[in-house]
Amino acid sequence: MVLKTLNVLGSQHGWGIARRIEQISGDLLAVNQGTLYPLLLRLEHEGSIASEWGVSENNRRARFYRLTAAGRKQLQTETREWEQIAAIIERFLNVKSEDLS
Amino acid sequence: MKFLRRFFIRFSNLATGRSADQRLQEEIAEHLALQAEENMRAGMSPAEARRQAALKLGITQAIREHHHAEQSLPFIENLLFDLRYAVRMLLRSPGFSFIAIATIALGVGATTAIYSVIDATLLHPLPYPNPAELVCVVDDLPGVGAHRVGISVPEWRDLESSGIFQSVSITGTGANVNLTGSAQPLRLSFKQVMPNYFAVLGVGAQLGRTFDANDATPGYNLEVVISDGLWRREFGADPHILGKVLRLDNDEYHVVGVMPRGFRDQGSTSEEQNVELWLGAGFAGVPFPAPQRGTRLRSRAVIARLKPGLSIAAAQGHLNALVESLKKQYPGDYPPQTEWTIRLVPLSETVVGSVRQSLILLFGAVGLVLLISCVNVANLLLARASVRGREIAVRQALGAQKTRLIRQLLTESLLLFLLGGIAGSALLLCTQHLLLRLIPESLPHLNDISINWGVLGFAVAVSVAAGTIFGLTPAWITSGVDLIGTLRQEGRGSGGSRQRSRVRQILVISELALSLVLMVSAGLLLRSFWDLFAVQPGFNPDRVIAIQTWLPGPNDPNVDMYRTATQESVLVREILRRSRTLPGVEEAAIGDEASLPLGHRDPGGLPLIREGIETMENQAPVIDSPIVSPEYFHLLGMPLERGRLFSDEDLEDTPQVAIINQAAARTYWLNQDPLGKRVRLRLDTRGLPGSAKPAWTTIVGVIADARTESLADAAIPQIYRSVYQRSAKDLAIFLRGQLDPSTISTQVRTQVRSIDPTLPVFHAETLDEVLYTSLAVRRFSMEMVAFFAATALLLAGLGIYGTISYLVNEQRREIAIRLALGAQRGSILNMVLRRGLGMAAAGAGVGVAGALIVSHLMAGLLYGVSATDLPTFAGVTLVLTMVALAASSIPALRAMRLDPIATLHAE
Repeated sequence: MVLKTLNVLGSQHGWGIARRIEQISGDLLAVNQGTLYPLLLRLEHEGSIASEWGVSENNRRARFYRLTAAGRKQLQTETREWEQIAAIIERFLNVKSEDLS
Repeated sequence: MKFLRRFFIRFSNLATGRSADQRLQEEIAEHLALQAEENMRAGMSPAEARRQAALKLGITQAIREHHHAEQSLPFIENLLFDLRYAVRMLLRSPGFSFIAIATIALGVGATTAIYSVIDATLLHPLPYPNPAELVCVVDDLPGVGAHRVGISVPEWRDLESSGIFQSVSITGTGANVNLTGSAQPLRLSFKQVMPNYFAVLGVGAQLGRTFDANDATPGYNLEVVISDGLWRREFGADPHILGKVLRLDNDEYHVVGVMPRGFRDQGSTSEEQNVELWLGAGFAGVPFPAPQRGTRLRSRAVIARLKPGLSIAAAQGHLNALVESLKKQYPGDYPPQTEWTIRLVPLSETVVGSVRQSLILLFGAVGLVLLISCVNVANLLLARASVRGREIAVRQALGAQKTRLIRQLLTESLLLFLLGGIAGSALLLCTQHLLLRLIPESLPHLNDISINWGVLGFAVAVSVAAGTIFGLTPAWITSGVDLIGTLRQEGRGSGGSRQRSRVRQILVISELALSLVLMVSAGLLLRSFWDLFAVQPGFNPDRVIAIQTWLPGPNDPNVDMYRTATQESVLVREILRRSRTLPGVEEAAIGDEASLPLGHRDPGGLPLIREGIETMENQAPVIDSPIVSPEYFHLLGMPLERGRLFSDEDLEDTPQVAIINQAAARTYWLNQDPLGKRVRLRLDTRGLPGSAKPAWTTIVGVIADARTESLADAAIPQIYRSVYQRSAKDLAIFLRGQLDPSTISTQVRTQVRSIDPTLPVFHAETLDEVLYTSLAVRRFSMEMVAFFAATALLLAGLGIYGTISYLVNEQRREIAIRLALGAQRGSILNMVLRRGLGMAAAGAGVGVAGALIVSHLMAGLLYGVSATDLPTFAGVTLVLTMVALAASSIPALRAMRLDPIATLHAE
């Protein structure tokens, strides 16, 4: 989700990402926003995202995260995998008894 | 990939101590500000907006912790904390740390020392590529009780073409040769080998080449490969050595190659491993007998390399089939009653098999010492745990997890054991030269014993394993304290739990039991050694010196100036005459190497063909047959039982006579009179014209049995022949008298040289020395086990002392109350001593059971004492009980002298 958000919005700071995820999920995913930061660090360690200091929309120092090439590739693979899983689950959910007979 | 990248970044963060905490705090502040703004936009009051923002973010401290955990490696970080704490704990009680580390150092050091010996011998017996493929091929004739009878050249051809082996090589067993032409004639160890010998071992030359396997000649091919040592010593590492001519036993050989440094021949004795010359030979032509199926090459070894991937068992199966088919094909050469078989023995077994049992015993003994020292340290840890109970309880009360506590305690004990292991290794490194001197010279691969990385790795592994096992138990028990009880009790200054003291008692009992096992083993070995030492050898080694010489045996018998006994007797008589004139010499005699009592190489034996019983050499039993001069028996004090001794009139052209010992008479002429019986010993055809059959030899005397082969073996059949009737190349000069070993060798050399300047004179040894060295391996293992047993006893004494002191300390309130209520001081003493005795009795009971098992396992190493020797068991148990009593009497006395008022006040 973080990767996708960054992919769609480009460079973004922590709050922006959290806000965006909330919005996209329609406020259904209202976890503690703080849990985002360890995750961001982990992704950064894995090389999927990079970060640098920048200036936020209200002219304050903020840390901006952006997707790296590796992150983009990872996003693609994970998207593909997720779609596969979703498709399989979907098939299971839609199965009716007459289909199997 | 990603995981690795993440790990490395975290690791470098850990190593550089970089923290992202500042950055996170800034980010969080920014986050809160943004969220608050958003909230205010939604119409909240500023205070409420900030509150909601903080709520939405979650607990800042938890986030920081998570963030930190992601930033670095919490496991290693905790480990470092634990380590730092452990070091501080060790430094805080230096006495405890020192004793614990010293105990472990002793255990690990001793174990590592023995392991280094085992590493060089049992684990790496053969310094060749793919040693598992190397086998020794042994021919037996079990039907006639003959073993290691040797192979014939046609049989060798059958083996070569059998498809079982990559190649098969017949080799000599190592012998002496005279290198002449340099300043002094040298006697060198040499081995005749088939040209494919080095191919079988899989080793090439460092200079030149080894023998060309396709270039086999029936006899010697007059090429020699020399060792690196000889090349450097005698030829100054001459790079132009190839093609040089060496005069060996008056024959000329061309040097074709120099073996690499560090290459040594296989063999079970250091002498065999020190072979310096390898001569290529085909074993099928002059001077070897003609290659007939029935002509076994005696005292030759056969080594072979199996086809890759073939197990010895599978190869043996193929071989058995081959033997069966050969028996059918040549029924005349393999009479069924001889039951000819071929065995494959791993080559490593022939090299180190003889010392395996001793070394395993030593390793077991040292393992027990290690176990005892670990138990002792575990005991100490437990004792300290009672002191630290309060600390642990407080930490637990503050919320420390049990696993976290165990981890920390384990870190402490691991640190302790590792330090002990390092100290032990360091001690070993410092003392290794001293220790190496203790090892008997007869141990194979003595020179390979070293403290290498593998050995050090072993020390570390042992320390870590011991630290984990023996640290875990105390850690588990310590961390499992009863929180409320301890905190409440500790306030009063006394503590400890029943469980803990029970564990300690069990530990002490096992220590006592283990040391009893060790002491019984040591006692049995000591008694065996003593019995062997005190055994009547049957000959008198007193004031006798043996000095060896070697007559050259050129390949062409016609140029051999000592070819016949008559030719040789001139030399022998002259040596004897001149020796008797030397100062101090009372008696002199001459024999061949087989006549040297003890310590000589396995002479190989000759088939004994009794007139009218055996008709073929193939069926004959094998007997040792020393060659001696008539004075030999008197000089060594071996009494004649019947018949007569040799006389100076028994010459080559008079009827051949022989003297046997009682063992031979019993074995081969049971209930018969051996005198006058005629036998024929298969003789080397060397020295005999054509294919003439050797003449019959008549037995003229029987001498008393003597333990000339091995002190442990009462009597091995021997048949002696006179040097005046039968020539021998490997001569030993025996001298009895008031002799100075340092000068006699030079004096004899001068005398021998003045007769024949090409003869080397070497290896002067008193028979007492020979006797002594023949027991060297036994003495070594006995001394080591005794040393380990003493160590074990000391540790066990310390253990019981510590535990009783601890118990007394724990009970001092009880004792004080008893005393205050009027208990007799004597009964207090009794009470404590009974505790110690109880533990000693339990330990002795378990120990005796263990010792019985162990002593049966080592029955093969015992001599003259049964594995259940009552005096040994009783004596050792008594000693152990005394030590336990002595160790517990100190705290018992302390308990007795307890001042009840002071104690109760202090409480």
